[in-house]
Amino acid sequence: MKHTVSVHVEDKPGALARISTMFARRGFNIESLTVGPTERAGVSRITLRVDCSQHSLEQVEKQMHKLVNVLRVSELAPGEALERELLLIKVAVPPDRRAELMALAQVFHARAIDLGPDAVVFEVVGTTEELESFQELCRPHGIKELVRTGRIGMSRASARTSPRRLSAIN
Amino acid sequence: MSRMVGADAVLRSLEAEGVDVMFGIPGGAVLPTYDAIARGTSVRHVLARHEQGAGHMAQGYARASGRAGVALATSGPGATNLVTPIADAWMDSTPLVCITGQVRTSLIGTDAFQEIDITGITMPIVKHSWLIQDVEEIPHAIKAAFHIARTGRCGPVLVDIPRDLQEAALDFHWPDELDLPGWRPPTKVNKPQVHEAAKAIAHAERPVLYVGGGTLNGDACAELRSLAEAGRLPVITTLMAKSAFPETHELHFGWPGMHGPKWSNLGMNTCDVLVAVGARFDDRVTGKLAAFAPGATVVHLDVDSAEIGKLRHADVPVVGPLKKVLAELVREIAHLREEGAPAPEEWLRQLADWREEFPLRYGSDGDLLKPQRVLETLQALTAGRDDVVFTTGVGQHQMWAMQYLLCDRPRSFITSGGLGTMGFGIPAAIGAKAARPDATVVCVDGDGCFQMTGQEIVTSVLENLPIVVVLVNNGYLGMVRQWQDMFFDERFSQVHLTHQVPDYALLAEAYGAKGFTVDAGDDLEPALEEALACGRTAVVDCRVDPREHCFPMIPGGAAALDLLEWPGEDKESEVITG
Repeated sequence: MKHTVSVHVEDKPGALARISTMFARRGFNIESLTVGPTERAGVSRITLRVDCSQHSLEQVEKQMHKLVNVLRVSELAPGEALERELLLIKVAVPPDRRAELMALAQVFHARAIDLGPDAVVFEVVGTTEELESFQELCRPHGIKELVRTGRIGMSRASARTSPRRLSAIN
Repeated sequence: MSRMVGADAVLRSLEAEGVDVMFGIPGGAVLPTYDAIARGTSVRHVLARHEQGAGHMAQGYARASGRAGVALATSGPGATNLVTPIADAWMDSTPLVCITGQVRTSLIGTDAFQEIDITGITMPIVKHSWLIQDVEEIPHAIKAAFHIARTGRCGPVLVDIPRDLQEAALDFHWPDELDLPGWRPPTKVNKPQVHEAAKAIAHAERPVLYVGGGTLNGDACAELRSLAEAGRLPVITTLMAKSAFPETHELHFGWPGMHGPKWSNLGMNTCDVLVAVGARFDDRVTGKLAAFAPGATVVHLDVDSAEIGKLRHADVPVVGPLKKVLAELVREIAHLREEGAPAPEEWLRQLADWREEFPLRYGSDGDLLKPQRVLETLQALTAGRDDVVFTTGVGQHQMWAMQYLLCDRPRSFITSGGLGTMGFGIPAAIGAKAARPDATVVCVDGDGCFQMTGQEIVTSVLENLPIVVVLVNNGYLGMVRQWQDMFFDERFSQVHLTHQVPDYALLAEAYGAKGFTVDAGDDLEPALEEALACGRTAVVDCRVDPREHCFPMIPGGAAALDLLEWPGEDKESEVITG
């Protein structure tokens, strides 16, 4: 089963390596991993998307919680959290078919951020599913290059409780 | 505050931490720190002959004293030689602070001479590590290193200091407080959970305290004893917990697992409430996990929440420092007993009966000295002494030491459990002697182990840290031989070391120690007596019967109750010598 895990860490050398080592040690494949600053100086937030059993996840999260640079570990449960991703995609398109592609882009709120003689670069922000739909619809035109950030997420503004702390026993 | 260089700051930090001894070997990248040692420090430096030896010495020191052990090494091979002790300390939760020199900051990442990414290599086996990037970081990093090594679940840490930073100047200031917002090991006890645990334990018909090394690390041995006595609860100690509970106490019922006596495994596996106290359900204890202690309600007490439910579901988890958890539990259990919850006297009688019924046995055939007799004699000669500390290597001799030596005083049995590091015994004994100069430190070693770290006998002699090595020399890598004999159709593959080469007594003499050779049973007791009394480093080479297997034995992957017992004289004499 796939899980999205959010880890608040001190912005210190090696913090990311220590976390990814824990997943690698257990043979978990990390589907995506993003790191960036937060509202607090010196604190970064890592969002991981992993495919593993609930029991394995709880184990690795308890282990992560013991890492000195880790401040908080929580799971972003589906439905209780907002998750977004950014896609940059360079689509091959001759000038005579551009209009068709632009119409498609509008549906997905994709923004054309660069135009070339035979290609367009779009940026799309959305859920993973939206991004994948757009990606598939572009495919017949010819995808020249594609990059995605991996998902980031946080709890909803209406959430009364903070995301479930997995290292719960402590 | 005073002006000094980084190397001096390292020593002033160790002094501020109250370190009295460190173990190490100098080399290029740590030269400035050794120069600072030459300029003066109150910390004694013990010069090992190999960094692995230095690391195990620091572990032996830590395990004998309860304080963090300190090892010092240079970059590159010096640091990689520390990897085995770090891994050992990781597996056995030993507080160990390793300080390594690193190449100059300008050379990091260039494959410079003796450059290795030691913080990277050790990342999965340390609680935390620091690659110092600014000389000003040194005092805080060292203070934090000791704090982290000793708090929560104990373990190893590493501080890697580039050579130019050891030479750079700073204003030394010993921090009053540590800035470690992410390090919050549990310090409190959840009383409602303890209450649940107490109810389960007090009302059990067949309770067992399954005690692990966390009890020693958590300094909770006195509380454990109070708990056992208040509740009349039988205690079974793992290899790592040997000496955590007096082994001559009527409530001690042996050691569980692969080479534990049958009575102990019967107790563990037929109990109705299993109370894991700082223990981690290691496969060497449980045998086949699915068949371990079937049906038992599990109460799991541990300072490390990650151990709860890792391998076996905990019906009643209690996370907290064991000293406090057990103290609280003693009060609760005493209260419940007073209220009428009956002590499990019938169960205690059953365990005692099993002990009578299934004693440890071995053969008496042939002319060769039996290894078990070496351990029995050593036990007889040290019985009742509270100033003896044992260490061991890894293998058959270690298991016999577990079975035959009775340790009543906490921290008097030091062994490599989780990692199973052959060669641990001799350097660990030297470290233990540094921690307990008053004690007689005895390393029970195997001949295979001896040759992995035996050069540290020199360190023992020259540093005036005398130890007695009782060498259970069967001329083989004995435990491997046993497996090949039992599970590989007696095809002995690369396990024969020979009894005679090297001549261990001569080798000991060459190293400046006293050497004894025991070929016959009659020589055993006088040689051991003399070695124990001589006050010098001594090696007693006991040449024993290589055919002896260590029994009982739970075959790998088998259920604990499917253990194999000593098959008896007849079967034994049929075994062909390889």
